[in-house]
Amino acid sequence: MIEALKQRLSEHFQLTNLTIKNAGLAFLWVEKHELEMLLRQLRDFEGYTHLSFIIASDHIEKNQFKLTYMLHNYDTKHDLGVHVDISRVNASMHSIHPLWAQAWTYQRELKEMYGIDFPESPRVDEDFCLEGWDDMPPMRRDFDTVKYCEEHFDDRDGRATEENRQTMKVNIYPERGE
Amino acid sequence: MTDKNDYPTLANADLIDAERSLFCDARPVPYEPYPVDFVEKFANWVRANSLWVLAFGTGCGAIELNPLMTSRFDANRYGIQMRPTPRQSCVIVVAGYSSVKTLKRIIRSYEQMQGPKFVLGLGICSLNGGMYWDSYNTIKRIDQYIPIDLYVTGCMPRPEALLAGFIELKDKIKAGQCDGTNRYVKDFDWYKANQKKVIKNWDMPDYNW
Repeated sequence: MIEALKQRLSEHFQLTNLTIKNAGLAFLWVEKHELEMLLRQLRDFEGYTHLSFIIASDHIEKNQFKLTYMLHNYDTKHDLGVHVDISRVNASMHSIHPLWAQAWTYQRELKEMYGIDFPESPRVDEDFCLEGWDDMPPMRRDFDTVKYCEEHFDDRDGRATEENRQTMKVNIYPERGE
Repeated sequence: MTDKNDYPTLANADLIDAERSLFCDARPVPYEPYPVDFVEKFANWVRANSLWVLAFGTGCGAIELNPLMTSRFDANRYGIQMRPTPRQSCVIVVAGYSSVKTLKRIIRSYEQMQGPKFVLGLGICSLNGGMYWDSYNTIKRIDQYIPIDLYVTGCMPRPEALLAGFIELKDKIKAGQCDGTNRYVKDFDWYKANQKKVIKNWDMPDYNW
């Protein structure tokens, strides 16, 4: 089934790769400029009417973000992930909110967490989970979360330097000490 | 009659001009105990036996508050009940981790409660960050932002532990040791500086009363 789908899609699009994970899940790669047309084709003619989610992953070694658009076909119970690689520098992607209205929520989240811009996506510049964030987007891999924590939040001086077993013996259960 | 200008007021510098006149600029006032010791002790006894908890789930620990109120644990036996608004509550349970976004709401709710008010930190995350020790968005020590009267540690503490914590809190209230309201007033500037350090988009009045 998925092979036939690939055959049909290849007539119109440059599919760079196809991975079949199992009978219900497959992934294909497509170029950035072809994504919107491909998604429209899948939605209108191939039965993938549901956008499950959009995620990004940071491939800092390749200086790329990998966006994944996960679609679902209710008739065949098949999930299809569409991967797009985009540059990490001035990361920007076409908004697909005209295709699925819920996409703008995901795009707003990706803007905040990864700094990927989606021009013309509604409310994409508003705060989503983080309020007043003024640092690097925190889900980028070059963001040092431990360093950020040390700078902004204070640790509690606690039992870290004490040896638990000895403390238990001496302070809590002195009568059971060896 | 004392003129209003005799009192130090808050700047509310982070509000826009149009909103500044809508909010109170008074500093918090300390709780004055009754002049007669016996009356204050009686008031503490009454307070301890009628804890009205703000039903505000601040973190994952809020899931432990629900069974507490149902028939199995039945916290009503101990005079504990939930209230839907901070105006009617005297206890706020900081249940688990608090993200910076939630912290803003915690502070706002806490300041709106009437004194004397008590804060119970539930779970290790409110104590030292717990498993969120390296999270960019989760504060580690809640006691730097609001005064805490008692911690119940664990991840997650069972409802039994929470009940034990409430009973301990009652004992402390009866003994007159829960002075969080006055600590907050006394160190108000320190608390406020800490709060504003992490909450970058401070668009509230300085004291949310």
